[in-house]
Amino acid sequence: MIHPIPPGTRDVLPDEMRELRRLNRALIEVFEARGYGEVATPAIEYDEVLARGGGRAADSAYRFFDESGELLALRSDMTVPIARLVASRYASAEPPLRLCYLASAYRAVRPQRGQMREFVQAGVELIGAPAPDGTAEVIEVLEAALDAAGLDRAVIGLGDADLYRALLTEFGLEGEVREAILSRLATHDLVGLETELSEVRGLGDDQIATCVALSQMRGGREVLEQARGLGGAAVERATAQMQATFDALERRGVADRVRIDLGLLRDLGYYSGAILEVYDPALGHILGGGGRYDTLMRRFGVDLPAAGFALYLERVHVAQMEEERRREAKQ
Amino acid sequence: MSAIAGSRAKADGPLKVAVPRGALLTETLDILDAVGIDTSGPRSDSRSLIFETDGVTLVTMRPSDVPTYVEAGAADVGITGKDVLLEQADRVVYELLDLGYGRCRMVLAGRRGDARLGEAQRRLGMMRIATKYPRIAERHFEQSGRQVEVIEVKGSVELAPLIGLGDGIVDLVATGRTLEENDLEVREEIVECTARFVANRVAHKLRAGEVDELTAKLREASGG
Repeated sequence: MIHPIPPGTRDVLPDEMRELRRLNRALIEVFEARGYGEVATPAIEYDEVLARGGGRAADSAYRFFDESGELLALRSDMTVPIARLVASRYASAEPPLRLCYLASAYRAVRPQRGQMREFVQAGVELIGAPAPDGTAEVIEVLEAALDAAGLDRAVIGLGDADLYRALLTEFGLEGEVREAILSRLATHDLVGLETELSEVRGLGDDQIATCVALSQMRGGREVLEQARGLGGAAVERATAQMQATFDALERRGVADRVRIDLGLLRDLGYYSGAILEVYDPALGHILGGGGRYDTLMRRFGVDLPAAGFALYLERVHVAQMEEERRREAKQ
Repeated sequence: MSAIAGSRAKADGPLKVAVPRGALLTETLDILDAVGIDTSGPRSDSRSLIFETDGVTLVTMRPSDVPTYVEAGAADVGITGKDVLLEQADRVVYELLDLGYGRCRMVLAGRRGDARLGEAQRRLGMMRIATKYPRIAERHFEQSGRQVEVIEVKGSVELAPLIGLGDGIVDLVATGRTLEENDLEVREEIVECTARFVANRVAHKLRAGEVDELTAKLREASGG
């Protein structure tokens, strides 16, 4: 007899579990070897605590009342619970703090297309280490994790979360127009972006061209030079920061797999400064992401800069299998 | 089996271009010709669905499948109508270019001279609308503050109001002849749709050079 489980959730049977366990272990070993201690937090938290994360993190899809009428929520990522944990348990600890996790998170998505309502993330949080070196350290750990998973072709996109917010402020755009443009940028709808921009009164052709061109600029460090050519304070600030991060990566000898991407935008509310996305040629979806969240800890009462990343474990597993197959076919 | 198994894609080899069959096919092949892609394969009588040319692989499919293949990365880039993209707005594909052709309008239509649409709205509080585009229809009425019962049909939607399934229809209109022949008339225009060039999110990052080059050529060929 078949007893259903909710769409977007799944059972894992021994053959897969064995492989997942191996992958988990390899990732955690990488994190631990670099001084990141593993933590666990409850899957359910008080809704008002998670809501401090803002943006999508606050948008816990699954909320319910407990027996005393408290509103609880299932976590939608691990960054916000860890911010909570650090503020509560390590308030007087000497920064930086290095923590890692392997945990399930929950989001409302339309299941069955590369997205699950319950999914496992493996990641790290580096709290109390400012840009650019803190960012570079996190990227170095990420690269080691990708290597440990056998994803030697994976690439990391490096962008800036504040670029467009600052650019639109510089253009004097506020309110609905601003949100509409940011939403076009986030979904990478270039046709819509050009339409929205052309409908804004008082916006010059060169300003429109700058915004559109920026969203398409991606590649090696030469991209920063091209972007600077567009001018403006927002571009200047973002490119200077990305340059500093890139220099820090080069000093560590780990800049090769990082692509500058000025079109990058992540929709989580707490990001500021550097943002990351991870791609592998074997998979059409992103493998993970992360970045800096220098203002998030403040919302929990601890004013510390922070950065981290999370990999979607199941997607890494799919990519790992594809890469293995590819290597075998080559031999 | 993992739900993302369907999203596996081979990024090696030539760029895979999803080409829509049906109404957009001829003009799509014309513009691909114009950017120097050999389209003799899909133009032949062949029943194949995949055509290797020098440089790119053309994969032909229903227009409404293009976002699915491109989102999963099974095709790196593709061409489909804006109507399809609007209806599948939750599919994550990058919309890079308005190709300008395949121009048609998404409209609300009712029976000619018939007051039923307005009457349903006024006396029953909601209209019943038959459509192949339930999400576009729902969004249109929601945004204009009206309540609606959307009835999804798969085939000739013009039939619905003629025999009493629904008070009107939301459908794509190119020349308006089909509406006319079925005694229907346009009441409201919802959105104008043209062919769009879309890309997979990862391909846009990892094959940036190829995607940008093709985008630039298509932009030039489409006169944009």
